[in-house]
Amino acid sequence: MNFGSHFSYAMTVFLMMAGLFVVIARGNLIKQLVGLGILQTSVYLLYIAPGKLIGGTAPIISAQFQIYSNPLPHVLILTAIVVGVATLALGLALVVRIRETYDTIEEDEILARDHGEPAHDGA
Amino acid sequence: MSLALHLPALQVVIPLISAPLAVLVRRGGWAFLIVTAASWAALAAAIALWLATADGATISYALGNWPPPWGIEYRVDRLSSFVLLLVSATAAIVLPYARASIEREIPHAQHYLFYAMFALCLTGLLGIAITGDAFNAFVFLEISSLSGYVLIALGRDRRALVAAYQYLIMGSIGATFFVIGVGLLYLMTGTLNLADMAERIGAIRESRSVLAALAFLTVGISLKLALFPLHQWLPNAYTYAPSVVTAFLAATATKVSIYLLIRFYYSVFGESFVFQKLPLPEIMLVMSIAAMFVASLVAAFQNDLKRLLAYSSVSQIGYITLGLSYDTVNGLTASLVHMFNHAVTKGGLFLFVGCAVAVAGGSSLARLSGLARVMPLTSFGIVLGGLSLIGVPGTCGFIGKWYLILAALEKGQWGLAMAVVTSSLLAVAYVWRFVETAYFREPHASLAGRKEAPPALLAPALLLAGAMLYFGLETSVSLGSAAGAAVMLMAVGK
Repeated sequence: MNFGSHFSYAMTVFLMMAGLFVVIARGNLIKQLVGLGILQTSVYLLYIAPGKLIGGTAPIISAQFQIYSNPLPHVLILTAIVVGVATLALGLALVVRIRETYDTIEEDEILARDHGEPAHDGA
Repeated sequence: MSLALHLPALQVVIPLISAPLAVLVRRGGWAFLIVTAASWAALAAAIALWLATADGATISYALGNWPPPWGIEYRVDRLSSFVLLLVSATAAIVLPYARASIEREIPHAQHYLFYAMFALCLTGLLGIAITGDAFNAFVFLEISSLSGYVLIALGRDRRALVAAYQYLIMGSIGATFFVIGVGLLYLMTGTLNLADMAERIGAIRESRSVLAALAFLTVGISLKLALFPLHQWLPNAYTYAPSVVTAFLAATATKVSIYLLIRFYYSVFGESFVFQKLPLPEIMLVMSIAAMFVASLVAAFQNDLKRLLAYSSVSQIGYITLGLSYDTVNGLTASLVHMFNHAVTKGGLFLFVGCAVAVAGGSSLARLSGLARVMPLTSFGIVLGGLSLIGVPGTCGFIGKWYLILAALEKGQWGLAMAVVTSSLLAVAYVWRFVETAYFREPHASLAGRKEAPPALLAPALLLAGAMLYFGLETSVSLGSAAGAAVMLMAVGK
């Protein structure tokens, strides 16, 4: 029970907090998405690291191998990565549209530009 | 090979396949037909599943014939069939409305994409309700959320983009928290099948990892269901989304998240652990009461009808979680029945608001002044929905609140019963704002010479208005399912 054996968990928590902090603290929409990406990546580590055994191999039945790594977390994270990519792509697409209509990607400037307009009285 | 055996899979697969088909045909009209047919087929499947589980049976379906707990299991019990029925019925009613509604709000070239996104959103919501696998639930949650962000961004106001972006950030944090919780549970139990997880979790429930998992799941799902004070994304998203999207998401998205929360609390962690060993009921009680009062109060000061109703949604979610915090059969029944009835009410209300927006060109209260003279049916529908929000007997909103009060009195909590009644008075205040503008003011200039909304918009809205009255008087479907599900959850959740 020392720090070394929990290194991957420590990294996971660090990345998680760093990502969450960036999402909350930054006003730049792209930076927020970067933070979100870091937060999601930390989860990949949370799943993958415990699935790996040192010296373990892929689960192929053979007399030569005794220790196997669990393949399920890898598969799950493959799915989660796809979800993460889709989220990031959609987020970036929205930022592009926001920049086209507002000409800025700073949250406070966007809010300032909408300030004073009547609520939902579109064309 | 009998078709009936594969109903659980078809329930999700039919809307899922209709989405790429809608993209392939590239014509709004054809896409509309395909997705509507798919949603009606999904409704038929949901009704069949609901009937099959009416006697308390549980249907287990091994996807790809991989037996659970190794393969993904679809599991239909009384609770999930009830949610499936709610989601697919809402989609089946809302889609015919969508055609006439997006004609006015979304550029023609994007219509087929709208239908594809709608089908994906429906797929995700149905999938969450039917799956018995924790990670599969995450994937469906993201399918419904991502398509939901796109649907919101289709709103014609430019603020729809910002609303969708903010929802994307908040929703993704929620989904990430959810998947962290699932990951911790998986590390502790070595399984992702919810039923299997519930069995294995018994001995290690007290461990810190499981507690952390519970905390992550609670916060993550609460973000998705817009539990006060995690509701920040909701008002903007509901206000700037196209009318039909608001109606659909308001009726289904938050409700399915509530289902997911209940599923984890009762079917995985166990009722005795979550509600008796931990201070969770107290926390939930405080949040619920705050939502009921603060959000209602905020709603009363809004100048836009859609935003007013969005804040009202936050407060109504407070009633639903209040029932959860009681931890009794009646409390849970109140939650579930209010979840259903509020979906009917809010879905109908937002459809009527969509009618008003189509004619008046906006949803600010100033623009809607004098609406009743120009659009008597629409105004009547909004007032009827408002009465249901208040909880007037005879409307469906009454049933849930009645059970909330019953459950409170059963526990001897007079104060809580009073809180439900008092916060309903606040609902009178915000509903009155609409009544005053629509009935007692001179018509706004933009309403001059306008007539009632076309039948294509009005008919689905009136259908839901009829449902508000029907479920207020004849409660065997709504209350029967909710009570059956509550008894089942309390029995297995020990």
